[in-house]
Amino acid sequence: MQSANVQNDNQVAVARSIHDYDRFVGPAMINNLKLLADRLKGKVIQNVNSTSVGGGVAEILNRMIPLLRELGVDAHWDVIKGGEQFFQVTKKIHNLLHGRLDPISEHDFEIFMETSAMNIREVDTYGDIVFIHDPQPIALVKKRNNKKESKWIWRCHVDVSKPDPRVWKFLKKFIEKYDASVFSAPNFSQKLSIPQFLLSPSIDPLSDKNIELPQETIAAVVAKYKIDPDKPMITQVSRFDYLKDPVGVIEAYRLVKKHIDCQLVLAGGTASDDPESAVVFEEVKEKAANDPDIHILLIPPGSDIEINALQRASTIIIQKSIKEGFGLTVTEALWKGKPVVASAVGGIPLQIKHKYSGMLCHTVEGAAFAVKQLLNSPEYAKQLGSNAREHVRLNFLLTRHLKDYLLLFLSLYYREDIVNL
Amino acid sequence: MENMANEKKPFRFYSRFNLQQLTGIKAVTLTQLLKGIKEVPGSVIYDHTHRFLQQHIYLNPEPPNDFAYWVSDVLGDDELAERLASIDTIQFPDIRSLREKIIQTIEGYLDKNPAAAARKANVHEAFHFIKAISFIFPTGYVANDLKEFAEILKVITIEAIYFHVFEARLRLERNAANDFSYWIETAIGDKVLADRIAKLDPYTHTMEDLRKSIVRLVERRGE
Repeated sequence: MQSANVQNDNQVAVARSIHDYDRFVGPAMINNLKLLADRLKGKVIQNVNSTSVGGGVAEILNRMIPLLRELGVDAHWDVIKGGEQFFQVTKKIHNLLHGRLDPISEHDFEIFMETSAMNIREVDTYGDIVFIHDPQPIALVKKRNNKKESKWIWRCHVDVSKPDPRVWKFLKKFIEKYDASVFSAPNFSQKLSIPQFLLSPSIDPLSDKNIELPQETIAAVVAKYKIDPDKPMITQVSRFDYLKDPVGVIEAYRLVKKHIDCQLVLAGGTASDDPESAVVFEEVKEKAANDPDIHILLIPPGSDIEINALQRASTIIIQKSIKEGFGLTVTEALWKGKPVVASAVGGIPLQIKHKYSGMLCHTVEGAAFAVKQLLNSPEYAKQLGSNAREHVRLNFLLTRHLKDYLLLFLSLYYREDIVNL
Repeated sequence: MENMANEKKPFRFYSRFNLQQLTGIKAVTLTQLLKGIKEVPGSVIYDHTHRFLQQHIYLNPEPPNDFAYWVSDVLGDDELAERLASIDTIQFPDIRSLREKIIQTIEGYLDKNPAAAARKANVHEAFHFIKAISFIFPTGYVANDLKEFAEILKVITIEAIYFHVFEARLRLERNAANDFSYWIETAIGDKVLADRIAKLDPYTHTMEDLRKSIVRLVERRGE
């Protein structure tokens, strides 16, 4: 077992103080988090996942663990071991949970169980609360009888709205040994015999992706990519993937362009482990057909400041996904006070209430209509953007995520719907 | 929990946070929605009639409850949505009576418009019934008089204001318009001020506006 070193991990920003978030949510909220944390005194919270670097879960834990500790929670983070074969199988499991077709064999399940057996032998599950993230370490729950009073939570970070039945059946026999499970959106929940909690992901307002930028930085990025600073700019930030429907975005832009002179920015990367993304990128270039007002930007990984600047420079952000997890790029855009037009899929309707904090759409034509409305009604667009930022401030910042984690841990010790702490 | 609004006692500010628990119950038609509303625990009805208010406390006028929003934006039934959105929540002393009103509204509408029962949402736009588990805790702020009360009111979280105005009245079923009015009337003895605060309809204010309005009423006491 490896203990994740949250201080030395260079994958994400260095740990910050909880008081750095005062300016976003107010000192009274931070004090309330401390009051909740006080109720967990004496409890050891042990997080377990499969990697200390890379990926969304490691990023969340890198940020959360230092802040939980600063609040006074005895939080720890351990990482299981696994070889290449094991992680190939868990990648298959991940894809199948997402609803993708990927062949999986009995032998694959055997590999999963062999590595799990090794981790069950070697991993010390010392926590009063053992918080297991995603399917890779799920079988550790077999150890729960070693410390009978311990509580176990399984946190599913994956979209399991339409999981492969065979994989779900395999995982379910472990999941139901936990005290509670956690999902990111209501439609991810499944029929389970244990309580299921709803915890939305969050963004860090102090990360490079979201931090306020000087106007000069934004202007420099716009100039670097030869974007016209004086023309309305519609932007979709996403990897080049059919599920993000970049071709549909171009079609929507063309419908808008008939009436309003504007430009389109498609900014994202291709994934080295996904050969399909290169194909999509070529299709998008072909569809753009050398239109000088369509900017297709292949942004290298780690260019968070550039993505941040492009979002801030945009007039409207679009996210025309066909399928989506929670959709954190939408959260990022909303936080920047941008009017957003996005498909009503995955976690997006949790973030956008149609005509209150953005515009939801279902079709190319609907997306184009919403974009036209917003470009022609800048005051309305501004109000949506203002509502959007406030909605994220109240519901999707890291501090809300911390609060939910504290409540989740406390909930394991109460059965009532109204708990007096 | 100690009663924070007892006569001759200082006002102790509490706050509350909610954790959302998925019930696994969902609806894609009005009939299923109605069935769910009848069967789910009161904490689910509370969540769906107040979550929108909590998550969108910056909006004014106030947005509808979750039921109205889903009926309008997913089923596309604007008339029923309007009827559900215009239920005057402040008039109901407890969740039971509020639930009954919602049921009556949907049943009455279905009686007159039986075709509405045939409308069906896509599975990915289903209505998911969610339960709110409330965690109530003392904030440490204590007011001994109205001056201290107003000063604290300016700095506490909106969750604390929300708790004393909405949750204490409707969910904990305290017999008062809100905790603030009760304390001001019974401990301070100022019925006029208590009534003025009680008259504010919190469902038609943003939480920040409500904070400002109460502070203003307290500071202008006797004018």
